[in-house]
Amino acid sequence: MEYILQPWPWFVSGPLITLVMLILVFFGKTFGMSSNLRTLCSIGGAGKYVDFFRFDWQAQKWNLTVVLGAFIGGFIAVQFLSDGSIIALNPETVSDLNTLGFVNVGATLLPAEIYDWDSILTIKGFSILVVAGFLVGFGTRYAGGCTSGHAITGLSNLQLPSFIAVIGFFVGGLLMTHFLLPLIFRQ
Amino acid sequence: MKFLKFLIVGIFFGIVLVKSEAVSWYRIFEMFKFQSFHMYGIIGSAVFFGILFLWIFRKFKVKNSKGTAINLQLKEKSFTRYILGGTIFGLGWALAGACPGPMYILLGTGITSMLLVIASALLGTFIYGLLRKRLPH
Repeated sequence: MEYILQPWPWFVSGPLITLVMLILVFFGKTFGMSSNLRTLCSIGGAGKYVDFFRFDWQAQKWNLTVVLGAFIGGFIAVQFLSDGSIIALNPETVSDLNTLGFVNVGATLLPAEIYDWDSILTIKGFSILVVAGFLVGFGTRYAGGCTSGHAITGLSNLQLPSFIAVIGFFVGGLLMTHFLLPLIFRQ
Repeated sequence: MKFLKFLIVGIFFGIVLVKSEAVSWYRIFEMFKFQSFHMYGIIGSAVFFGILFLWIFRKFKVKNSKGTAINLQLKEKSFTRYILGGTIFGLGWALAGACPGPMYILLGTGITSMLLVIASALLGTFIYGLLRKRLPH
């Protein structure tokens, strides 16, 4: 039980993610979380305006069920399976973030500086989350997949398009982390 | 009952991603700073075993639950959409520290502000659908 309550090492977590993908493949489905955003748009009536959202979303109910499960899984993991350990980040990462004005780095899963309602109820804080979410939603559909669809499933299936997409993920991620975050959080 | 297995897979996925800390904004930042092997280990080992098992499935002609051959849908050939879309996604991933799976998981952990990110991601998806025919693919 002690091992379950502690954070899990990468060599346990990685193969378990493979298992998730394989179970879905076994049931004739594919592991792709971002498709649900399109499905939700469709359910919300986006098909009335754009034919991209005119499809039989009923066939995607299984994937929405995975989403519901993931939500419940998140709840279970923090409520019953965590010992409140601080994330064991590289001390350099912590000091880099301190320089950008982040405090209590790693004490929670997400930084209060971005995700606390106090931060969001400022124009800057609100814009950060709206822009971030927008880029994720727009980019993932443009690229035809996200981390699960391209980085895990596509690379496992040796798909060149997924390899190109993952290079893109890194180009964007490196630009944001090395150049834009220091501007956004400039002291 | 048909959906129960998917619910269980989802719950398992949510637990694994929280326990691995892959849902943490800090871990994503650390990854893009190349300051830890943790995230590379998770993604790398997931892909390594994925390649291995998909190869084994094909080699031994393992059938899925419906009795047909295991067949993953191939992604259409292109360069532009993957590099441009991927880069836009990456910018958002590093800023939000969450991709489309972790968004729902983090909401489940009690971070209500994730609703704003999810709503914005839905808007982004909608705008993509709106502009799709005018974008280079």
